[in-house]
Amino acid sequence: MARKLLLEHINVPGINTLEVYRQQGGYRAVEKALKTLTPDEVVEEVKKSGLRGRGGAGFPTGMKWSFLAKPEGVERYLVCNADESEPGTFKDRYLMTYIPHALIEGMIVASFALGAKTSYIYVRGEMMPQIRILEKAIAEAKNAGFLGKNILGTGYDLELYVQPGGGAYICGEETALIESLEGKRGNPRIKPPFPAIAGLYNCPTVVNNVESIAAIVPIINDGGDEYAKVGIGRSTGTKLISAGGNLNKPGVYEIELGLPVEEFIYSDEYCGGIANGKRLKAVVAGGSSVPILPANLILKTLNGESRLMSYESLADGGFATGTMMGSGGFIAFDEDQCIVRNTWNFTRFYHHESCGQCSPCREGTGWMEKVLHRLEYGHGKLSDMDLLVDVSKKIEGNTICPLGDAAAWPVASAIRHFRDEFEWHVTNPQEAVQRNYGLAHYADPLPPVGEPA
Amino acid sequence: MLSVTNTEEVIFSPELVTKFKEIVSRYPEGKQKSALLPVLHLVQAEFGWVSAPAMDKVAQYLDIRPIEVYEVATFYTMFFLKPQGKYVLEVCRTGPCCLVGAEKIMKHIEQKLGVKEGQVTNDNLFSWRGVECLAACGFGPVLQIGPEYTFYENLTESKVDELIDNLKLTTAAKPVDQIS
Amino acid sequence: MSDLIKVTIDGITVDVAPGTSILNAARQIGGEIVPPAMCYYSKLEGSGGKCRTCLVKVSKGSEKDPRPMPKLVASCRTGVMDGMEVQNITSPEVVEARKGVVEMLLINHPLDCPVCDQAGECHLQDLGYEHGLSSTRYEFERRTFDRIDIGDKIQLHMTRCILCYRCVFTADQITNQRVHGVLGRGDAAEISTYIEKAIDNDFSGNVIDVCPVGALTDKTFRFKNRVWFTKPVDAHRDCPTCSGKVTLWYKGEDVIRVTARKDQFGEVEEFICNTCRFDQKKTSDWVIEGPRAISNQSVISSNHYDTLKPLPVIKTNLQLQQSNKDQFERATKL
Repeated sequence: MARKLLLEHINVPGINTLEVYRQQGGYRAVEKALKTLTPDEVVEEVKKSGLRGRGGAGFPTGMKWSFLAKPEGVERYLVCNADESEPGTFKDRYLMTYIPHALIEGMIVASFALGAKTSYIYVRGEMMPQIRILEKAIAEAKNAGFLGKNILGTGYDLELYVQPGGGAYICGEETALIESLEGKRGNPRIKPPFPAIAGLYNCPTVVNNVESIAAIVPIINDGGDEYAKVGIGRSTGTKLISAGGNLNKPGVYEIELGLPVEEFIYSDEYCGGIANGKRLKAVVAGGSSVPILPANLILKTLNGESRLMSYESLADGGFATGTMMGSGGFIAFDEDQCIVRNTWNFTRFYHHESCGQCSPCREGTGWMEKVLHRLEYGHGKLSDMDLLVDVSKKIEGNTICPLGDAAAWPVASAIRHFRDEFEWHVTNPQEAVQRNYGLAHYADPLPPVGEPA
Repeated sequence: MLSVTNTEEVIFSPELVTKFKEIVSRYPEGKQKSALLPVLHLVQAEFGWVSAPAMDKVAQYLDIRPIEVYEVATFYTMFFLKPQGKYVLEVCRTGPCCLVGAEKIMKHIEQKLGVKEGQVTNDNLFSWRGVECLAACGFGPVLQIGPEYTFYENLTESKVDELIDNLKLTTAAKPVDQIS
Repeated sequence: MSDLIKVTIDGITVDVAPGTSILNAARQIGGEIVPPAMCYYSKLEGSGGKCRTCLVKVSKGSEKDPRPMPKLVASCRTGVMDGMEVQNITSPEVVEARKGVVEMLLINHPLDCPVCDQAGECHLQDLGYEHGLSSTRYEFERRTFDRIDIGDKIQLHMTRCILCYRCVFTADQITNQRVHGVLGRGDAAEISTYIEKAIDNDFSGNVIDVCPVGALTDKTFRFKNRVWFTKPVDAHRDCPTCSGKVTLWYKGEDVIRVTARKDQFGEVEEFICNTCRFDQKKTSDWVIEGPRAISNQSVISSNHYDTLKPLPVIKTNLQLQQSNKDQFERATKL
């Protein structure tokens, strides 16, 4: 069994209550940090751990914390980003549902490290059950003296609140989240200034993902160096992977970074292979925004090496033959799935979720959706694929926030790897509405390097 | 734009106002606008949707301009700007759920309820709509029902039938004045 | 001054005050290297960054940190650094991106210039001429909205809107009760009052002037004339609410429109009140200063001041006669 740092006690009955959580060693990190460490020492441990943001961008958390401006007499805020809405990702919901105290413990330690006196957990509005769970857990923690005034007699005060969202994917972008928390429309802000200088209420603010915050707990308990030993290279620690799609055992798995993708999909410890005895066609490895890869490229890199679940290995080959770790939303497609339909579905999502500020994203996502809809329903043209790639390029990189990129990448990568399937939709329009394009060669092993493909 | 014919003033119950006050206390002095989303959720839970008069009243409570409330309420998809059925079935329609049959479930709900997406059944009990990813991709297809946002996972057609029938029964058992 | 910093845009170096945006530095240089701006408005705090037409490439970050910026940046909201080097029209990447943005802005635009009052002074029209394609690649139905009146003097034609948010910022900044805003989201977003409410404020008419397209138009000027057939004349009056400095637009003997004075970047010099804009439409209400200087590039300039059939207002004003003569000579020489 691989090491579990976050979900070690997930199967202990009653782990969602403070009592059981403490019996399993919970809130040790709070005691250790508040009583024996200075805020700077906590930041130092996190830096040493090499923890990278688990929300998608993979930016080192310790570094992000050290950028926080600390002007005298100005409040600082820590905001937890629990606006989990990336298609394919559901790890934060899982964590908050079953071990809410892991998040709260992490929030206390992180707030202490950053010198925040008030912290917010911004949970997406649809997760009302999780909001209730968190509010209950916060009340428990407050009763036990882990929150409120003079925590554990150390003189440190902290108030923790849960803020519901209202149904907007874009609020997962940190500046949009801050706007939303201020009671405004979730329009991302133009950076600079970065939130570390002027964020919530114009005060220095750090926004971290749920899993990043929860990972602070084992880092403080065991030390940053110990945490850094888990994992591979610059991908340290463990990561929650949300496995969905056509798998035998979909669900949330905690993996040590560096696990081979093949093992993750097929071993019984994890996903247990493809459902219904079908074959794997394609994988979206990090949530809908990252490039889709055909089966052969997700299992092995272009050099024939086994692809691992790590930031570096998944990105191996750049966008030509690689993808990204993203938020860890692992979606597997079996041989019966239609890539064109799925791409259209994802694009509809981005079209629906675009905030409408920047013209390329506002207009371009709708345009791509319409073209993809036409292709899926057999009215497409052969020139549509080039048009889509061109439109996606016009959006990519030209917008305020990364939603533009996130909308462009799935389209560009689907056409890059599955162009013949798109073309088949154009050349066989009648058939395309009745059945899906087969597996073709997407599961075949890659030809040896050096030989023409 | 909406032409408002009904300009009746909305009255918030004292319980609701107490909750508003608690929410406003979570934010620094003068930042009461932050309470807008949680307050709108409470209003929707109470009235089933957010009407223009209700939004005006919220603006008054939070000491902001009505347009600021309209801007926010129309941006976020969770707020209903017109009356809905008592139970709104929100089915996830995004990629991963579609891989495991969300589209079939939506078709089935449409047939079972006999109304199209966004419409309300004649008895004012149900409406349904497709929503974007609900972050439960491993347990799809999924649907949620507000205002509690209870989750129903791993849906099949028979599970949906059972759910809808159960909801009808619970409602029938309640006195008429509590229905919608 | 020693605290000025150097920035080079398309090979031209200029000294500017710290904190200046790239766009404003370019405006100090002037000419063709000024990036177009559809949403940024120097008089409106917080505007800009949205339309993406002003994207430029920063090929050198600063003297201290010469690394180029990884993505194209919105020049209106990016501050200059000492030693920064920027490429605008000299970068094929920028030109390509701008072409893309213009295409995006136009796919849902009705292109109803022949019946639009803004035609001739429309920034989107200018942008389309400069960067647009001759035909569209968009083959779907365009987004449409119903026209609505916000107040009896202003009409909102949402179909033409490019969501620059300028009018919202204007209402926020120069009036104390904003009643209109951006509703909805994504490409369904619209400028609206949500419930039918007239915008009732002394300065509300300025939203017409800041609108870069024909989405907000003056109902008192609606379908009266094409702007290039009208003759702009600077004038002022003693106004208790605003500066009273305006441009009158003449057709024959009549003042058919009053606007604020706009500078070379299409921005108003000073906001004017609704009384000046909508209610003072007689020559006798105003003190005439002289013809409004209009860029030679503008279609409005095609209509020079005819010395053979001068406006009645010119006949009686020596100063106007002189300027008119000068302008006519310049125009005929060209």
